[in-house]
Amino acid sequence: MYEAILIAGFGGQGVLSTGQLLAYAGMLEGKHVSWIPSYGPEMRGGTANCGVTISDSPISSPVVTEPTSLIVMNRPSLEKFEGNVVPGGLILINSSLVDIKATRKDVRVYYIPANELAEELGNARVAGNVILGALLELTRAVSLDAVEKSLREVLPAHRHKLIPLNRQALETGAALVRRPATAQAG
Amino acid sequence: MAKILMKGNEAIGEGAVRAGCRYFFGYPITPQSELPHYLAKRLPEVGGVYLQSESETGAINMVYGAAGAGARVMTSSSGPGISLMQEGISYLAGAELPCVIVNMIRGGPGLGNIAPAQSDYFQATKGGGHGDYRVIVLAPASVQEIIDLMRVAFDLADRYRNPVMVAGDGILGQMMEPVELGEEEEIQIPPRPWAATGRMGGEKKLINSLYIVPEELEQHNLKLARKYALITEREQRWEEYRLGGAKLVLVAFGTAARICKAVVDRCREEGLAVGLIRPITLWPFPQKAFEPVIEEAERFLVVEMNLGQMVEDVRLTVNGRRPVHFYGRCGGMLPVAADVVREVKKLYGGEGQ
Repeated sequence: MYEAILIAGFGGQGVLSTGQLLAYAGMLEGKHVSWIPSYGPEMRGGTANCGVTISDSPISSPVVTEPTSLIVMNRPSLEKFEGNVVPGGLILINSSLVDIKATRKDVRVYYIPANELAEELGNARVAGNVILGALLELTRAVSLDAVEKSLREVLPAHRHKLIPLNRQALETGAALVRRPATAQAG
Repeated sequence: MAKILMKGNEAIGEGAVRAGCRYFFGYPITPQSELPHYLAKRLPEVGGVYLQSESETGAINMVYGAAGAGARVMTSSSGPGISLMQEGISYLAGAELPCVIVNMIRGGPGLGNIAPAQSDYFQATKGGGHGDYRVIVLAPASVQEIIDLMRVAFDLADRYRNPVMVAGDGILGQMMEPVELGEEEEIQIPPRPWAATGRMGGEKKLINSLYIVPEELEQHNLKLARKYALITEREQRWEEYRLGGAKLVLVAFGTAARICKAVVDRCREEGLAVGLIRPITLWPFPQKAFEPVIEEAERFLVVEMNLGQMVEDVRLTVNGRRPVHFYGRCGGMLPVAADVVREVKKLYGGEGQ
């Protein structure tokens, strides 16, 4: 198993923390992981991205230049990174915020209205976990249980009441891609 | 013991604390600011002192003072800040004071940018300040190795009474990897009979790099040279990666070496006999790593995040016996594994000369 996942979007969307959560979950499952952020002169509202590698064997390079999976949370990220995904790879697009389609024909593309689904759950801030749930359903990079366990370990106790909502967000994303007709597989 | 996920910059701080460092003086600069940030919280917990100086020049001279008083002490910065420290580093080397200096290298020259680079190799290994001196330079390539090498850094500084530089880059500082911290050990700092801790009726202890009489400075220089020769003989460190039977040997350190490991893996999958030498000590340069492979190796390819600095040391080592090629990206750009693979294929088997 080798997954090099690039997560990209606006600063403030939780792109970096979603990546950290994924890496943490991989570590809890005993896999080799690395997390690497873009760290330019970035700010809220600017672009941000991070690369997460999860592998059964030691990770030679932590730098994700040719992702096996790409999560795009905004339009500039799709335009910038679509071309980098390996052939046969996966692109997950937050269709709540991205109003264009992917042009690649040699990768699997899923459109996920992550913000709308998160709002239906009652909190727009779990959009990242909706799309993460979809990624995990499609790649099996780590289990949803490991993500939930990671939340329990990284969140301070007074935030633990948010864990069920996050779990629900992950499951909503996973369920969506289990029924590809509704996720507009491309 | 369970692993924890840690940022490289934080690992430098934790590694230093676990190595017995109790004093840090520094001034913030991207991409290493998480390190002083971490130590500002951590050092007071263990009875240490964190102090943000008024400038890098101030920081390195505080290091001189603390080291002179016998402390395990560290500073850190990046490119422009390290340039400001060069006078102090020369004085530390001249006065033979043990200390650790961290440089998380960014793009230069001048203000350059805050992206990862390896363009301070010359400055680190050839003596960035004035005078005939050497600084031991360690180049970790993973967060776990940072933890392990911080202990080595402080021990080497003490063993040889010499400044030790830990040279990383922005990527290494910013990335997170799982680390095993192990049990926290009680560190016994070796006795420092030379430290300026008060005369107490004994001999005068003067810590100085001034030798105004040329005959005396020559003797001091020769003494330092003997020390540097001993370090060169004893302390070369490197990692070998899939070197068996390699016809083309990549040479890279730090983040560039991580990328080159991926290059080696891809080449080996395609049946190309490619391996990697990863220098861990940049000074002393691990010349010993090259002798066992030079028989079988037909050529070397040095990959750096600069315009070609370590390649000069590889050429000195190989000394004309084999061709030594170079591939680099600079200005804060990273080599892309696919591009390096292409370069390897161009050279492999002697084409593309």
